[in-house]
Amino acid sequence: MGVVTFLCTVALLVPLFLILAFLARTGAGALNWDFFTKLPGAAGEPGGGMANAIAGTVLLIVLAGLLGIPIGVLGGVFMAEYPNARLTTLARFTADVMNGVPSIVMGLFAYVLVVLPLRHFSALSGGIALGVMLVPTVMRTTEEIVRLVPQSIREASLALGIPQWRTTLLVVIPTAAAGIVTGVMVGVARIAGETAPLLFTAFGNRFWNWNILQPVAALPLQIFSYAISPFDDWHRQAWAGALVLVAIVLIVNIAARAAASRQVKLR
Amino acid sequence: MQQVMEASRVERHSAAALIDRTTGIQAEDVHAWFDRLHALRGISMTVAERKITAVIGPSGCGKSTFLRCLNRMHELVPGARVNGKVVMDGQDIYRPGVDPVQVRRRVGMVFQKPNPFPTMSIYDNVAAGLKLAGEHSRRVLDQVVEQSLHAAALWDEVKDRMNKPGTSLSGGQQQRLCIARALAVSPEVLLMDEPASALDPASTLRIEELARELAKDITIVIVTHNMQQAARVSDFTGFFLDGELIEFGVTNDIFTRPKDRRTEDYITGRFG
Amino acid sequence: MAVNDLAAARSSVRATGDRVFQLLLAAMAAGIPLIMGAMLVALIAAARPAIERFGFTFFVSSTWDPVAGEFGVLPFIYGTLVSSALALLISVPLGIGTAVFLSELAPNWLRSPIRFLVELLAAIPSVVYGLWGIFVLVPWVRVTLTPALKGTLGFLPLFAGPPLGIGMLTAGIILSVMVVPFIVAVSTEVMRTVPRMQREAALALGATGWETTRKAVIPYARSGIVGAIFLALARALGETMAVTMVIGNVPQIKASLLAPAYTVSAVIANEFAEATEDLYVSALVFAGLALLLVTVIVNVLARVLVSRVARGPSLIRE
Repeated sequence: MGVVTFLCTVALLVPLFLILAFLARTGAGALNWDFFTKLPGAAGEPGGGMANAIAGTVLLIVLAGLLGIPIGVLGGVFMAEYPNARLTTLARFTADVMNGVPSIVMGLFAYVLVVLPLRHFSALSGGIALGVMLVPTVMRTTEEIVRLVPQSIREASLALGIPQWRTTLLVVIPTAAAGIVTGVMVGVARIAGETAPLLFTAFGNRFWNWNILQPVAALPLQIFSYAISPFDDWHRQAWAGALVLVAIVLIVNIAARAAASRQVKLR
Repeated sequence: MQQVMEASRVERHSAAALIDRTTGIQAEDVHAWFDRLHALRGISMTVAERKITAVIGPSGCGKSTFLRCLNRMHELVPGARVNGKVVMDGQDIYRPGVDPVQVRRRVGMVFQKPNPFPTMSIYDNVAAGLKLAGEHSRRVLDQVVEQSLHAAALWDEVKDRMNKPGTSLSGGQQQRLCIARALAVSPEVLLMDEPASALDPASTLRIEELARELAKDITIVIVTHNMQQAARVSDFTGFFLDGELIEFGVTNDIFTRPKDRRTEDYITGRFG
Repeated sequence: MAVNDLAAARSSVRATGDRVFQLLLAAMAAGIPLIMGAMLVALIAAARPAIERFGFTFFVSSTWDPVAGEFGVLPFIYGTLVSSALALLISVPLGIGTAVFLSELAPNWLRSPIRFLVELLAAIPSVVYGLWGIFVLVPWVRVTLTPALKGTLGFLPLFAGPPLGIGMLTAGIILSVMVVPFIVAVSTEVMRTVPRMQREAALALGATGWETTRKAVIPYARSGIVGAIFLALARALGETMAVTMVIGNVPQIKASLLAPAYTVSAVIANEFAEATEDLYVSALVFAGLALLLVTVIVNVLARVLVSRVARGPSLIRE
């Protein structure tokens, strides 16, 4: 029995090592300075890079954060400070449901909401699609960490004659701050790699674009379109892009762990 | 002992520097509920100015609840209610229109388990009451922080590490830090809810000495389950049982010549 | 008195501060149900033309002809269900086996690294799986796996057809790799909780019987693991990029696992950006809405099952 379960574990991890190996070999092989600085080349022509895609991903994350972080963090604080409110139960249930919605459906929502009225694809719609995915994640993690802040801390502040709202804003939230940041970073790592919701919102762009009302390139989109293209050079660049994307996701996850370790012990 | 006495002389100055005024407390027919649970039944009691009044009784008798009625903290619990009058400085703090936040400003509290703010330094902890209320002058904060730490007999131990986290101190030091924090907002009364029960015997004695010292300048009410502590530290004692004030008087009288049978039973250890 | 007036003024400002802050927080918390509601409203509105035009036949028709304006999603439903079922078939035994290994048999020093690696599996983006799928898995399936299967089980209609590499089987394999971390994570958790409950139950019952413990505890292990499977299923149903890159994207219903297929999420991913007429777009949104409904239901079921384990058994038997 032990052997069987051990083999199960090995079988499970084989694809992981294969993926990492290919990323390291093929991906690293195609990484060069051009990759980070040049725009995509014309179809079929070798050369070019994914500079705009990397920048576009950053732009989309910023937009998503602007939507998702305030609603998520403040909503989570509400749920933690008023755990018995009906709104809290409703929000918690809805957040859990939303965390299970396929990401492509979020893209459909952003399409109907933004792309249809504007009549074209845009970074804004992509940011909204990703932001809507960020809200439930951040809200739940924030709620969990703020709930852990001991009541004695709140009491100490209130007993000093500090009003409730200042207590929450200036004592409770800072105490949970590192944990909140961790939750945000985990959420960001998740949306950074998303492709499906961007297919018909951000749509992709062969050039630089900082106008949020216009389509924008994104790293996962670029990887996808290069991967399904018939060109070998683009296939190699897709691997390079995948390496960079996985590296970004890993780095954000590590940063999240670092933030978590800075959280003051609450129990 | 010699050192403590010398330090006391310096501290005496500082506590007085912080406390502008103090007052006695007059509780009149105070009732308190947790939802339907009638936790306090008609407590009437006088807390003398610049004296230490102890509140003793078995677990669940309502002594902490009574304390929290004195700084309007009880009503923060969802479903909790208070009825009756608590008069300080000639004013009933439960009169409609009175701002509970202001009351809590004027009545300081120290809790059973030391609770310094975990993300703040020692300095910021003491200054918290002023800073969070909007005081930003560095000069004022520095002065008040130093005075408060002197008054709490903590200055010498922390003066070189004011920027270290408040939680880096030992239990006894953390509790004195909390006392300094409470004193920094210049309260008129200091409430202490079993302040030494989480501490070792040496720290406990220091807290008791500190209380005696502070009582020269500020009215203190202390809840304790430790009868010897009440006997050592307080001038007046009230014995609570099942939400009622059974007996109240000069500490010495309560402990040597209790009038009520139940008081005597508790003091002699027959229950509680 | 001036001081009292000032105090009163400050106090009303403060009470307002409390109320404003509370309202702000509540508004943000209300944001989530509002967003969810808006999403449903928007999607239903966009799907309405297709709903009115096709109704229930949408789900039983096999004709997907954008040019003629005929839309039936049966092939996509078939593709979604079969690829997900395949994924579970592969990932459930592997996942539970790994969970058993992790929670019972692995030496302590091995637990954390393996758990970390499983988390890493879960963190890899879907498009990267798809990339690896196209260039590594598909050739392997075409060159190695398919001939092996045909050599041994080729008489079955399940393995009929030419070895293309892409197809339902490959999609099922890649999906299984992507959902197995969920099974491992939840199952390990269940297997840690339940033995603890077992001990406590035995103590509370005076260790009177394996029988009683068995009746009180094992149902919870089972429901927890079934919950894990539902969670994985929900993920597999909604998975888009990796699937569309290896499944072939041909809307057909074939018995063979080696044939190309198409899933609901894949057809939306491939055709939405270019969908021109309103009915076409509406049909795709309708499909997305159906997908949303199914994944939400499966997810809710999964959570109910898993939460039962967390709550533990009631030791007060009837």
